[in-house]
Amino acid sequence: MEARVIHESLKPAPVIAPGHTFESVTEKINAVVLTKKFGFGWIVGLAIAFMLANLLLLSTAVILIGGVGGFGINAPVGWGFDIVNFVWWIGIGHAGTLISAILLLLNQSWRTSINRFAEAMTLFAVACAGLFPLIHMGRPYFFYWLLPYPNVIALWPQTRSPLVWDVFAVTTYATVSLMFWLVGLIPDIATLRDRTKSTVLKYVYGILSMGWRGSARHWHNYESAYLLLAGLATPLVVSVHTVVSFDFAVGIIPGWHSTIFPPYFVAGAIFSGFAMVLTLIIPVRAYYKMHDFITDRHLDNMAKVMLATGLIVFYGYANEVFYAWYSASKWEQYMMFGNRMQGPYMWFYWALILCNGLVPQILWSKKMRLNVYVLFIVSIIVNIGMWLERFIIVVTSLAQDFLPSSWGMYYPTVWDFGFFIGTIGFFLSLMFLFVRFVPMISVFEVRMLLPESKPKGAAAHE
Amino acid sequence: MPEDRAQAPSGAAEIAALHAERAAELQRIKGRLAGLGEGKRYWRSLDELAESPEFLEMLHREFPQGASEWSDPVSRRQFLTLMGASLALAGLTGCVKGPKENIYPYIRQPEQIIPGKPLFFASAMTFLGYAEPLLVESHMGRPTKIEGNPDHGSSLGSTSLYAQASILSMYDPDRPRTITHLGEIRPWSEFSAQMAPVLEEQKKQQGSGIRLLTPTVTSPSLAAAIRRMLAVYPQAKWVQFEPAGRDNAREGARRAFGEVVDTVYKFEDADVVLSLDADFMVCGPGAVRHARDFAARRKVRSADPAMNRLYMVEPMPSSTGSLADHRIAMRASDIGAFASAVAAGVGVAGVEAPASLSPRQRRQAEVIARDLAAHKGRSLVIAGEWQPPEVHALAHAINGALGNAGKTVVYLPSAEAQPVNQWTAIKDLAEEMEQDKVQLLVIAGCNPVYDAPADLEFARRMEKVGLRIHLGLLADETAALCQWQIPECHFLESWGDARAHDGTVTLVQPLIAPLFGSKTLIELVALLAGEGAKSNYELVRDYWKSQLNRPDFDQFWAKCIHDGFIPDTASQPKAVTASTDRAAFAPTAPGADGIEVVLRPDPCVFDGRFANNGWLQEVPKPFSKVTWDNTALMSPATAKRLGVQDEDVVEIAVAGRKVTLPVCIQPGHADDSVTVHLGFGRTRAGKVGNKVGVNTYVLRTYEAPWVLTGAAVRKTGKRYALARTQMHWNMEGRNLVRHTDLEHFRKEPDFVKKYDYIPPASITPRHEYRDNSWGMVVDLNACNGCNACVVACNAENNIAIVGKDQVRRGREMHWIRIDQYYEGDPESPSLHTQPVACQHCENAPCEVVCPVAATVHGDEGTNDMVYNRCVGTRFCANNCPYKVRRFNFFQYQDYTTDLLKMARNPDVTVRSRGVIEKCSFCIQRLNAARIDSKLEGRPIRDGEVKTACQAACPPQAIIFGNMNDPESEVAKAKTLGHNYALLTEYNTEPRLTYLGSVRNPNPEFGEA
Repeated sequence: MEARVIHESLKPAPVIAPGHTFESVTEKINAVVLTKKFGFGWIVGLAIAFMLANLLLLSTAVILIGGVGGFGINAPVGWGFDIVNFVWWIGIGHAGTLISAILLLLNQSWRTSINRFAEAMTLFAVACAGLFPLIHMGRPYFFYWLLPYPNVIALWPQTRSPLVWDVFAVTTYATVSLMFWLVGLIPDIATLRDRTKSTVLKYVYGILSMGWRGSARHWHNYESAYLLLAGLATPLVVSVHTVVSFDFAVGIIPGWHSTIFPPYFVAGAIFSGFAMVLTLIIPVRAYYKMHDFITDRHLDNMAKVMLATGLIVFYGYANEVFYAWYSASKWEQYMMFGNRMQGPYMWFYWALILCNGLVPQILWSKKMRLNVYVLFIVSIIVNIGMWLERFIIVVTSLAQDFLPSSWGMYYPTVWDFGFFIGTIGFFLSLMFLFVRFVPMISVFEVRMLLPESKPKGAAAHE
Repeated sequence: MPEDRAQAPSGAAEIAALHAERAAELQRIKGRLAGLGEGKRYWRSLDELAESPEFLEMLHREFPQGASEWSDPVSRRQFLTLMGASLALAGLTGCVKGPKENIYPYIRQPEQIIPGKPLFFASAMTFLGYAEPLLVESHMGRPTKIEGNPDHGSSLGSTSLYAQASILSMYDPDRPRTITHLGEIRPWSEFSAQMAPVLEEQKKQQGSGIRLLTPTVTSPSLAAAIRRMLAVYPQAKWVQFEPAGRDNAREGARRAFGEVVDTVYKFEDADVVLSLDADFMVCGPGAVRHARDFAARRKVRSADPAMNRLYMVEPMPSSTGSLADHRIAMRASDIGAFASAVAAGVGVAGVEAPASLSPRQRRQAEVIARDLAAHKGRSLVIAGEWQPPEVHALAHAINGALGNAGKTVVYLPSAEAQPVNQWTAIKDLAEEMEQDKVQLLVIAGCNPVYDAPADLEFARRMEKVGLRIHLGLLADETAALCQWQIPECHFLESWGDARAHDGTVTLVQPLIAPLFGSKTLIELVALLAGEGAKSNYELVRDYWKSQLNRPDFDQFWAKCIHDGFIPDTASQPKAVTASTDRAAFAPTAPGADGIEVVLRPDPCVFDGRFANNGWLQEVPKPFSKVTWDNTALMSPATAKRLGVQDEDVVEIAVAGRKVTLPVCIQPGHADDSVTVHLGFGRTRAGKVGNKVGVNTYVLRTYEAPWVLTGAAVRKTGKRYALARTQMHWNMEGRNLVRHTDLEHFRKEPDFVKKYDYIPPASITPRHEYRDNSWGMVVDLNACNGCNACVVACNAENNIAIVGKDQVRRGREMHWIRIDQYYEGDPESPSLHTQPVACQHCENAPCEVVCPVAATVHGDEGTNDMVYNRCVGTRFCANNCPYKVRRFNFFQYQDYTTDLLKMARNPDVTVRSRGVIEKCSFCIQRLNAARIDSKLEGRPIRDGEVKTACQAACPPQAIIFGNMNDPESEVAKAKTLGHNYALLTEYNTEPRLTYLGSVRNPNPEFGEA
């Protein structure tokens, strides 16, 4: 190691508050699951979220029975909230894998106290996202026709279609994310198994911990598996949203047909994923007083990632505008300057520029990054902005494409909103259950951050 | 008002009699029930419950009961009721196998029927009295599709949109199924028995109390039957009435020539045509033929075409007007003055250009008159059906002065059996009813309660008549006020005859036995005449047997039935002498300043007779593209002056009569003029047509049938959402409709090509089509946007109607649509129509993105839909640059109504909820032709396959065929310089291309 002197003020803030021991970490994090009472806030929150989740049930029933016409889609706008929300949720689902896999490979130790939380969020977001393509189909009961399975009706997916790629990309992503999360949970679940006083939970945790005893061999196998899964998940972070972007980029509609889409979608996904992690983790940290583990350093880092990806996204917008002009294609030019900037949905476009382009610039200031209130509000604005971005891409492009005779407007119905709000309720319900029944912070990984877990002599760094 | 009275019997005595009858009936049923044992009855009813067809049917539905009602304009049910029932039943549907169906062979094979192969029979539809000759496709005894009779001069194979839609009227589930008396079911025998004493009574007074009200009759056999009846009752009167009939034309001819004549136009010889508000390609007898002949002179097939020139003067853009070389928007009430100016210009003696014209209009009239005069004997002036008689008389006089009579315009003796002024006839009838002179009123096929002039108070006066009998296809507003309601046969269920526009006797042949034991007018007349139980067929055949008086009648008759008409019965041109009474054309003084209201039959539901026809309700009206409503159409300037916008509701008041209508701003409409369509706001049209739009007949009086002057239009502040299929009318500089004028075309015959961008050649080898490679060309110079193709496609391809609410959401299902664009000044824009169906792209953007290969390329180049495979992701529709793909957002097809099942084409899949559909180039017709050609070991001949739109198209704007055959018409059209495809930039290589539009303006006209 190169010897150098770093001034105190330039040293990064610690990723764990000083003074913790193995026992105190385990106690504090697991207390939420094992000993604490169901808080009043938690019960009320879950109740509200669950009520909203029932809206999802109702909307699904309405759409399945009555038909997909219950949504506001029409000709020319064949995709509406269904696909907007699908892309939005998938994007949100990006932060988890990025934090767990890529930051793990990059050896970013600050990831450890937020990765469990972010991964859970990913899983739940992907679950929500998956509902949309399913329910948006005209005949959802034939969804399996998109899968290559042996059959007697000579049916095989048409592999030139990005929707088929989507099926593979999303299901792979969901599977790997789930595996990654479950594997990462094993040592902590074993701890819970050993500590819980409830017989029922002992069995449940016992099964989930898969016979974990904490032997050196277990640890060895565990570390290899985790690393391999991280390696597997890393390309998926890039591939999922790249493939999702192909749903549009492969189409010929002006506003869709664009080569910038894959990188810009991936950056946008990370942007929105981090925004959602912040939106959720700030109140959770306050409610369960987890400031020791989720420190200001974490928030600061996440805000920085958000700022960086936000700039990439903003570059994407600028790029779209530039190439619309530079293409000299009247179709592209009309789409950008006539339709998006001045058309019937112009307010959505300018709100998008405000939410995703201008507001995040506030994060250049460290003071602002460390102000949880500002950060919380910015993260929500970014979530809204990213939703608007998908709306602009999906709806405005379709509303005014080639033949002016077919131009039309899209108006969402109560079921569009019902379904969307329902998935938010579903997502929040799962989050509420997650923080109460699973350690929301990876106990064993945080313990590794403690100086006592480091080999003698290495403790000086970090 | 009529709707409140419902079917209530009018007199107290009648009600009492009814109650007594019902009580007796109840007693009889009780008696029968008593004969059954207690236990037996119990089990019997449970059995019925368990095996009721509704229950069994519910078990094997794909979607729960009621799912289709969501979209149904007809029966919107409470949402929660539906939810509850559907959820309760949803579980049952999943685990039950499909229904067991047995297919039985014929025990005795009917002659000619090969299951799966349709037969075609000649027949005819009468519209405003005149026959439209048809060829009707029949599948196993069910008529399913109507085509024009190619051998008949009035059709030559094409049809109007009304004829196309008429098949749906036959299968209308709202048709009354039995004869009823005060709402009680009665057999025909009882009707005739009850009529006997009434008629006996009338005979004593020579039938002075009998009035027979019918639509216009040209049918020789029916007219003869009516005359026989009138011979029995010499004092009885026969009244004919059509609310949108030809009184103006009749009266105009009478003024010009002193007698009523029919006018037939020879467009093939007319170089210059002036239309005075005449939508002659769509309206009037012979419109189908006129459209074809007129368009033939506009089709550009060489670099130096001999095109005709059309001047159009009209208040509201019409289909014909969209093809005009010069279109002058003018208030309907000014057209008479304009016609006078033209007449003066061509030298009609005694006519002067009125001073009321503006200098600009005067200049325009002068230029037109000069052009007409330069083409003496090769020009033509046509007066619109709804223009007053003096305009018709002026048109006759101008044609006379130009020497056109006998050349481009031919006068024939009137085809009508009794050409009378119907407008005064209905007034006389109303007055006679008021004076209690009428004791027996027989109304057949008319609906005067709804459509007679409002100031005649027909409904109130009609109830003064003792016995009222209604014979009609539907139980309409008039039927509701009649004691006897007799279901009338649809023309596809009856024998008959009628004269076509050229006078040819055209035979009406039934395609199916009457579905509901209904009766024809001729049978009813024969009954009244005391001729007893002669059948419909006997009455028609016997008449012609006696008329033709041939030894070989039976063979000859069989041939006539086969051909659809009696040969050599066309009327001979008639020499007419022009009246010298110049007062005949004195235009009535233009009304007071202010806004005029122009009443017109609706371009879709006409005078309201088609109000219950969903196809016609849903077909977008030309230009405005409004469906399921009538509107107050006005120019942008008038709207601005009134301070109203699209969809604002205005109140129109004329002489104390008021209607409220939503505004529809119509570029190209004349200023200070509001066009209002009749035919809406019906209360007893049926489930489809009730309460659609606003009844504007309430504005219409005896004195002012068509143009109401001095109207007050007031904004109400309310808004009303219209269901329009097109919302954006500017091409945005996209060269979608490419057009030029003739002078420029001669210099640059491939003017369309300069807009093309041809992408570089592909590196992948192209697919070679060895045998057939189908393609289509649409000639924009011939298409007038009349909608016949849209309705024909509806009928051929089992296209569902979706209702007003769904159209408003942009979910109409039409496979072919007619795009409408305006260019230039919004006050006098140039009008462009462009039919767009699936373009069957060679590089189809839809095919690549379908995840389940539900849309694929056929081996003859068509882009095919595999409905069974479609899972409904709609990616194909999104990726279609032409937006021609349609999605079944709901269960739009009615799977439950038996009658509608019969109407469907068995060769075309009835699409279910959740799948995409689109134009297939009528692949079922291609397949039928392929089978025939294979059996005969030959290729498919050019012209052997006609798509439904092509076959129906009156101006023959659509060409379809094999592009691989260099001799085919389509291949030749594709080689023309002005053939172009839409969006070549995207390298989709459409198989549907367009021939650019070429106008032939008069250079002298300039900015006149």
